[in-house]
Amino acid sequence: MDMTAMDGGFADPPREAALAFRAALQAMARPGRIEQVSGAVPPAPVSRAAGALLVTLCDPETGIYLAPSHDTPALREWITFHCAAPLVGPSHADFALGTWEALQPVSAYRIGTPEYPDRSTTLIVEMDRLDPAGARLTGPGIKAEAALNLPDLAAFQANRARFPLGFDCYFTCGDRLAGLPRSTTVTEAG
Amino acid sequence: MSDQAALTARKARLSALAKAPHDRLLALWARQGPVPAHDLLRAPEIGTVMVRGRAGSVGAPFNLGEMTVTRCSVRLASGAVGHGYVQGRSHDAARAAALIDALSEDGQAAALEASILTPLREGADAAKVARAERAAATKVEFFTMVRGE
Repeated sequence: MDMTAMDGGFADPPREAALAFRAALQAMARPGRIEQVSGAVPPAPVSRAAGALLVTLCDPETGIYLAPSHDTPALREWITFHCAAPLVGPSHADFALGTWEALQPVSAYRIGTPEYPDRSTTLIVEMDRLDPAGARLTGPGIKAEAALNLPDLAAFQANRARFPLGFDCYFTCGDRLAGLPRSTTVTEAG
Repeated sequence: MSDQAALTARKARLSALAKAPHDRLLALWARQGPVPAHDLLRAPEIGTVMVRGRAGSVGAPFNLGEMTVTRCSVRLASGAVGHGYVQGRSHDAARAAALIDALSEDGQAAALEASILTPLREGADAAKVARAERAAATKVEFFTMVRGE
């Protein structure tokens, strides 16, 4: 077993997990707002923000799907040691991790059912950059409007159209993350 | 030693450490000398695990109940990794179990087997025998009187 697989967990788990959980909640409650998280050091190519999300949100009861861009033996071992989460296919995943291109097609993920809309997948999308500029976001949690560079528009508009069903997204880059819940309306900047 | 034999030996080692009384484990560990330098991969943490059973070892599995467990993972300066899981809540015992496991992986298995694991196993066997004897003393022989018809 690769010994580096066991490094990189939270050094002070109660405090760092609480801070990361707060950041994750704020990001999802205020779509487009960029939060900082730190503490976890996952193996490449995973960003620190995505690693902190995995360690904070995943446990033996949440299946994780690793898209081809992130499906490395080192990451599988890291997740097994730090989260003990099962690695599953896209149609059973509670969380999916990868770049936007690798996570396609998004129709493969669970969107919940009318009785249980929470039984859906949360995508953790790794980005090359994360800027508060680009697509225009409006909806719950946004006072007037927010902006975020999104990898796609049509997919998020289609996701909004089937509310209350749909998937939710975190976008991560380095130690920063932003959220885009299914309730947010995405339009082209203009 | 083949991989399979090494795995079996490690399982037996971790099993003995997990079930040992904390004070006995810590007393034997203290006699071992100074604690070697190590990094904590996972600081000692207390949680619960679900204990499952099968009636008569063959029935369908059922949840017997949750038990408290403390676990810890360490890495020595040489790179050897050890994991410790002990029943109950004791950070010190979990860390000692992880260090004993790491040192055993690091080539000191025979010495630790003699100084710590064998006394622990003997203690466990003695406790088992004492308990069986206590139970045997209260054994009642049931028999049926044949009634004269």
